[in-house]
Amino acid sequence: MLEKSMTYRASYTLLVNDQYYSVVEVEPRLLLADVLRDVLHLTGTHLGCEHGACGACTVLVDGRPVRSCLMLGVQAQNKEIQTVEGLVDPGGALSPLQEAFAEDHALQCGFCTPGMLMTAKFLLENNAHPSRLEIREALSGNLCRCTGYQNIVNAIERAANAHSAIKGSVAEG
Amino acid sequence: MKPCAFQFYTPQTLEDALEALWEFTEEGLSVKVLAGGQSLMPVLNMRLATPDVLIDLNGLENVLNFIIPDNDHVRVGALTRHYQLEASPLISRHVPIITEAERLIGHVAIRSRGTIGGSLAHADPSAELPLVASLLNASVTLRSKIETRTIPAAEFFLAYLMTSLEPTEILTEVTIPTLPGRSGQSIQEFALRHGDFAIAVAGAQVTVDENSCVANARLALGGVGPTPLDMSAGLELLIGTQPQLEDIGRLVKAICQDLEPDGDIHADSAYRKDLAETLSTRALATALQKSRNK
Repeated sequence: MLEKSMTYRASYTLLVNDQYYSVVEVEPRLLLADVLRDVLHLTGTHLGCEHGACGACTVLVDGRPVRSCLMLGVQAQNKEIQTVEGLVDPGGALSPLQEAFAEDHALQCGFCTPGMLMTAKFLLENNAHPSRLEIREALSGNLCRCTGYQNIVNAIERAANAHSAIKGSVAEG
Repeated sequence: MKPCAFQFYTPQTLEDALEALWEFTEEGLSVKVLAGGQSLMPVLNMRLATPDVLIDLNGLENVLNFIIPDNDHVRVGALTRHYQLEASPLISRHVPIITEAERLIGHVAIRSRGTIGGSLAHADPSAELPLVASLLNASVTLRSKIETRTIPAAEFFLAYLMTSLEPTEILTEVTIPTLPGRSGQSIQEFALRHGDFAIAVAGAQVTVDENSCVANARLALGGVGPTPLDMSAGLELLIGTQPQLEDIGRLVKAICQDLEPDGDIHADSAYRKDLAETLSTRALATALQKSRNK
């Protein structure tokens, strides 16, 4: 009985950015990051250290930030996954958060950016007006090796302000 | 790096998990039990462990994820995640040191997945929850197919990354004493950056009597030995007194005298010992202060 339910190969369905994907006959050892990148060809999620230290591979799983290198793809069944590809609206326009990153030069090589964006998305969803200290604390698990953190903090602050500006104008209108 | 190839088993009941662990182990296979994966996955990715079989407990959320008050204890299911402990009003009321400790554990993404059971079973001697378990002498429930036993933290942590878990056992529950009346708790640690592994960490619990004299004091240290160290035995001199910061500092220095922590790339032995003294003094003084405010 145990033999049968043991898996050398696994087939499963993943829900990524509101779209269902079939993953067919892959080894269960594939990390969620590997499945996203190599099987689903969603290469926006970057893989840096592969042991949970750098944060580049951070995605949202059921709304919370998770290291996609510290979770197996097979474990992500029946969960809602959001990656950096899901940030743009269907017409292809950048989200306000991404606009703010561009505006404030919050990326240079761009390697850490997907993880930074997903971490910031979670922060702003749970704290619409974070202080600079709270932004820095939220980003503490994401390493950047070229731009420096100042502009990333600036961008997230700008996105938070832009968001409240939009809300304000709606309330007034 | 990527994990080695393994067979993957996802039990849907605890009985199934225990049966599978028993059978695979009997067959001579090497088996790892996967909870939140925030320690085990890096170990697998770096191929420091190459198990034949991985048993994933994440299908057992309904039986192993809970926080339940039980008289003067709180029972916590092994699969309870760090972020849940961090946000739990029950935990902050009854075991406030855990709320403090959770804020020191990794980063937000690590706390999304990591579990209390995984942290204790991994037994990193500088980790926060093993320290808290030792400080409060929490007990852990270990289950195999044929036996359930509950043992105190002092008998659980054996050496660096080594516990008294048998290959056929799964840690299912942690039972933690609640904060007594007129008591305060504090955890103090030093890490190179916020969220990094602690170089040293100290936890304290102090209870005072109606005259604000110390009635009971406990102290535990992490990062300065192969397991979290219970240093409480040396604190008897505080009982019945109203110690000042200097008194605590002097006593702590004496208690820490025999520590011989291993040095590594982050901190040599003498520095760790120095940190242990400073952090212990702070933890005891803060816990004492809190106990007087109760």
